[in-house]
Amino acid sequence: MLGFALRRLIQSVLVLFVMSALVFAGVYAIGNPVYILVSPQADQAEIARATAALGLDRPLWEQYWTFVAGAVGGELGKSFVWNTPAVQLILERMPATLELALSAMAIAVALGIPLGLLAGLRPDSWTGRTIMAGSILGFSLPTFWVGLMLIMLFSVELGWLPTSGRGPTTEVLGVPLSVTGWEGLRHVLLPAANLALFQLSLLIRLTRAGTREALAQDYVRYARAKGLAMERVMRVHVLKNIAIPIVTVTGLEFGSLIAFAVVTETIFAWPGMGKLLIDSINVLDRPVIVAYLLVVVAIFVAINLLVDLLYGALDPRVRLAGARA
Amino acid sequence: MTGNSVLKQVIVALAAWAACTLHAAELRIGLSADVTTMDPHFIAAQPNLTAQHHVFESLVHVDERGRSIPLLATWRTPDPLTWEFNLRKGVKFHDGTGLTAEDVVYSLERPLAITGSPGGFATYVKPIVAKQIVDRYTVRLKTAAPYGALLQDLAEVMIVSKKAATGATGADFDGGKAALGTGPYKLVKFSRGDRIELARNEEYWGGRLPWDKVTLRILPSDPVRTAALLAGDVDAIEHVPSADLAKLRARAGLKLAQAVSWRTILLHLDQGRDQPPGVLSKAGKPLERNPFKDARVRRALSKAINRRLIVERVMEGLGLPAGNVVSPSVFGHDPAVKADAYDPEGAKKLLAEAGYPDGFQLTLATPNNRYINDEQVAQAVAQMFSRVGIAAKVEAMPLSVYFGKARGGAFGVTLLGWGTLAADFALRSLAATADPGKGYGAWNWGGYANAGLDALVARALGTVDPAQREALARNASALAARELPFIPLHYQVVTWAMKSNLSYAARTDEFTFAHHFKPQ
Repeated sequence: MLGFALRRLIQSVLVLFVMSALVFAGVYAIGNPVYILVSPQADQAEIARATAALGLDRPLWEQYWTFVAGAVGGELGKSFVWNTPAVQLILERMPATLELALSAMAIAVALGIPLGLLAGLRPDSWTGRTIMAGSILGFSLPTFWVGLMLIMLFSVELGWLPTSGRGPTTEVLGVPLSVTGWEGLRHVLLPAANLALFQLSLLIRLTRAGTREALAQDYVRYARAKGLAMERVMRVHVLKNIAIPIVTVTGLEFGSLIAFAVVTETIFAWPGMGKLLIDSINVLDRPVIVAYLLVVVAIFVAINLLVDLLYGALDPRVRLAGARA
Repeated sequence: MTGNSVLKQVIVALAAWAACTLHAAELRIGLSADVTTMDPHFIAAQPNLTAQHHVFESLVHVDERGRSIPLLATWRTPDPLTWEFNLRKGVKFHDGTGLTAEDVVYSLERPLAITGSPGGFATYVKPIVAKQIVDRYTVRLKTAAPYGALLQDLAEVMIVSKKAATGATGADFDGGKAALGTGPYKLVKFSRGDRIELARNEEYWGGRLPWDKVTLRILPSDPVRTAALLAGDVDAIEHVPSADLAKLRARAGLKLAQAVSWRTILLHLDQGRDQPPGVLSKAGKPLERNPFKDARVRRALSKAINRRLIVERVMEGLGLPAGNVVSPSVFGHDPAVKADAYDPEGAKKLLAEAGYPDGFQLTLATPNNRYINDEQVAQAVAQMFSRVGIAAKVEAMPLSVYFGKARGGAFGVTLLGWGTLAADFALRSLAATADPGKGYGAWNWGGYANAGLDALVARALGTVDPAQREALARNASALAARELPFIPLHYQVVTWAMKSNLSYAARTDEFTFAHHFKPQ
């Protein structure tokens, strides 16, 4: 067990290392950020000074070495433009992104499963067909377009919800959250709905397929024959049996929610990590780009590690396989 | 005067007062770009300066037309090497301490001492070789050689409180502890990537301001910024995208304010090398000589461009055809210079005279996320070149990729936008012969070299008397317009949109200042 964890940990460090080298070289290949950052009046001496001040005058290997040396000590460098350590910037933005992703997840689950059950129960009815048609739209419409349409409809035409931004935050256990207040909820609703759309469609289709399959099973027929109400059959027997794939996919898709948040955050001016990444790429703010990817990779590695360890704990075969190898 | 009319006047006055107090509550402005720090000497980026100008002030300010005016100080030049600044008396920082000459000298030294910053401000204070505090309210600055552009430089350098800024970190500025200026607004909260909250400085030396609370919202996405104004989430927005212009103009309850911007869009033509990349014969073979070295070819290209059409159609009115290096209200603009008229026949004739009766081919490189409709402008220009027999291709890319490549000499023809407050400044960067020692030609991507122009630019910059300097700068503009080191396309027009009960004096330098919005 310990050996397995240790091996995975070493693998993870290797992944982080390779990733950082790739990103470093990639951003270096694009160009010198100083040309974008300096004021137009800057002369050659000032450009050279700024290049040196950011350490960009050194050979690439030396810059990378400095970075690795700092990273080992937990220091991932200071942003070129934000005047702040890169890690601090990312951690500061993380609650906003997680809040958005979790809200989207909640919307997807709260709407997707009931709608999927309904569509699975009456696949040929008008309701079932409408739900399925809607889910196809949810799959295929581009996020940024839907986002703009949501803003135009609910904010500009109807005036019900704010167009963009994050509501006022309150500290909950040291983490600034906006969903604790009414104003914050109003702000998060549109971006979360926009982000949820894809997951919602996925969940509807998954639940519907599972429901249709389950409904044809003998245990459902027995339950019906026993005289149980359809409502109880659905809730207790069907839902429980189709829950496993739904939970698995929901968990897996959480990662892609965070990743797709980039687009939604940009449209809704949501101050999250994704928007920070896009802004940083635009000005080649390498410390932030590298730190962002490292943090995200670290999160994914940690989740995978946790899942593997859980599997190991739950399933002796995994542990055995790990011990033999 | 009858009782009735007195009553009427009272009612009108009351209504006006009520309207004022209603508006007085809060002004919310949608900004188009991210503000990265409240340290005014960290990075010379316009979005940052926009926010910082609310909190900090400089010795010299720039008016709507782009001309230098006194702000924290008035000045005189006892001799061409000496600038004496007399500080306004009774000016207080937000912590209540008075502004003194010590703070000024500290603020002019800080840009050179700041570490780990992309900076940009060092350029502005480098010409100053000595600083002398005469008394509490007088500072004398010495330059090594006569330098007329010092005022424009000092307009960029904000004055911080020595007490608050000494030893302060970026976090101290962003958190507000060190962000203590003399400006009309105090920093309440800086939420990175989201908003900046400001409160009125009740002891502002410039008098009482209409807004007691100002929120600057960061809304970089164009459609969302427009939507925020339409939905009433903000009261005004800057940089109205050309696509939304007609909609906002027609909308009841909203109005626009426009000014010709200081930003000139131009084409650099590589005249330095013998074989500029992408400039080939029609058959794709290298040319015997670089066609751009021939002034007739440069003129032909300029005549081939239908600037009016670009401005009307591609820019949807957000431009003005350009012939000068700087736009009409900017220092050193020569009103006698007109934009080249569209003349395809004349262009063909000039090309034939220069030995290119069948034209040649070129590749025009452009950023696609920097200037208003930049890629579309480049596409239109390429089409127009094709009309006179020059097969032109467009290569568009994001700014982050473009600048590095363009400076590395990857392109033969490049599109660039330039915003500056004086023609001699602009020509020093864009057209003077590249000379790192003097700081000339830092953005002369075309590799143009003309000793006559260099000398004229140097004379203009070295002239302290503003009228004389402007005359020289105008001559330099006219010379550039005759020689075409680069081809000016158009001056951008900058647009603000706001609720119709507000007014804004549209600024040629594109800055958005809450304290310049007025209730009507």
